[in-house]
Amino acid sequence: MSGGVEIAVVVAEIEQAARNVKRFRFAAKDGGSLPHFAAGSHVVVLMRDGERTIRNAYSLIDRAEDGSSYRIGVLRTPNSRGGSKFMHERVSVGDELRITMPVNLFPLFHPGRKHLLIAGGIGVTPIYAMADELQRRGALYEIHYAVRDEAHGAFIDEMRARHGDRLKLYRRDLEEILAVDQILPGQPLGTHLYVCGPEGMIEAVLEGGLEAGWPKEHLHAERFQTPPTGEPFALRLAKAGLTCEVRGDQSMLEALEEAGFDPPSLCRGGACGQCAVDVLEADGELIHNDHYLSAAERASGEKIMLCVSRLKGRELVLDL
Amino acid sequence: MNTDVMDSRPTYGGLRLDPRAKSHLVVVDGDGAPAVLDAFAGAEDELNRTTILCAHEDVAAGGLERLCALRAARLQLSGSSEDLLTEFERVLDGADMSVRIYVAGRESFIGKVVASAALRGVVPDSVVAERRGGVSRRVQCVHCKHIDEGVTASPYRCSGCGQHLLVRDHFSRRLAAFQGVRIDAEIPGEVPPAMELAS
Repeated sequence: MSGGVEIAVVVAEIEQAARNVKRFRFAAKDGGSLPHFAAGSHVVVLMRDGERTIRNAYSLIDRAEDGSSYRIGVLRTPNSRGGSKFMHERVSVGDELRITMPVNLFPLFHPGRKHLLIAGGIGVTPIYAMADELQRRGALYEIHYAVRDEAHGAFIDEMRARHGDRLKLYRRDLEEILAVDQILPGQPLGTHLYVCGPEGMIEAVLEGGLEAGWPKEHLHAERFQTPPTGEPFALRLAKAGLTCEVRGDQSMLEALEEAGFDPPSLCRGGACGQCAVDVLEADGELIHNDHYLSAAERASGEKIMLCVSRLKGRELVLDL
Repeated sequence: MNTDVMDSRPTYGGLRLDPRAKSHLVVVDGDGAPAVLDAFAGAEDELNRTTILCAHEDVAAGGLERLCALRAARLQLSGSSEDLLTEFERVLDGADMSVRIYVAGRESFIGKVVASAALRGVVPDSVVAERRGGVSRRVQCVHCKHIDEGVTASPYRCSGCGQHLLVRDHFSRRLAAFQGVRIDAEIPGEVPPAMELAS
């Protein structure tokens, strides 16, 4: 894990925030204060499940005013590879976990004159932090939050209390649609858009931004990809002389960590590029699932990202 | 001192029309006119939603006529470079996010245009820029903070404090200026001959 320092935390509070969402409050185990973070940051939570360590990245919702705790929100996903299920079923108040130092891949662009925050479902967690930071700085902002129904109550209530009518809610059960073509036209020069939510929503919002004539540099998105599952294959590290099997339900990064190897990585979700490595040989087809490599880099077959991509075939040899 | 290319030195990709923008705002100084002609000539649909801002005194003979001949929806002539920047800022203050900003001309001019857009929350990389014209730099003396325009050689003599300054590639986006540092700080009086700036 190249995230560097890990922090031991104790689960101080667990709250059922919505039908499938729990919010966890983590306090530093040593009782001290947790590091400051800028809105949009995430931490990786390390969960010990017997012999196995599950590592999932979660956006930070907020830090207690006295610095004593952080909150994260965890959606229980139906096809959980273990992480969200573990957090929902196995973690209780008083348990110890480890988290990495906060890392920010989704920062606010503070010189912006206005900020549009767009969230879908659990994508609200970084948006929540961003809205608080913009409010503290006295910036101009709007929040557009799409939810399935009222079951996302806890986030809605808190944000409404803090942000009043700057929060616009779209409930799918009431057939309210978050339509970017209605939000974007006429926004003043210097406005920035930030979106976090399901993949399809992010794509639609970014495309809507370009369609509205916006330059791509003003459209910001947080896209954490869960490592897609696939078929097992063999992985060989040429320099380290290590060979291991990547199971169908794990990523290359996870397989290497299980084998005791510690390759550089950061976000574990295909966004930051830290774990991109050179491919030496591929007996099979590279399946790229990241949001980092360019189309040309993918086409070259020379690079792959350990955290979310895989091989469909027999063996992959990497320059590690 | 190492004066190799450094990260702060802006790069300019060249004027390329972004057809997804709802309107185009083009700012040109004298040397930039040919770049605008190259990028916009024949693009009738785009010209119908294009505003071109330039300065009288600036545009080389013939360049202005050709800019006029493009028949952009609006062509605004300012009396001087300074008035041009003021007019640009006035247009920016009424603009929305669907406009694309283009600038063509000398590096010092591009720097001023980008800096004034950035002050309004625009990401510098979203400004489409093409550098044209000779090598001349706007340089700030890091000692007395005086800014000299049109510096073409290094070292040069600061017209603020009289020191001999090495022109570095270190570029300040806020000031739209390169940095000049005293070249004979260690051995006063030892000033190497001036060389024309190459880029």
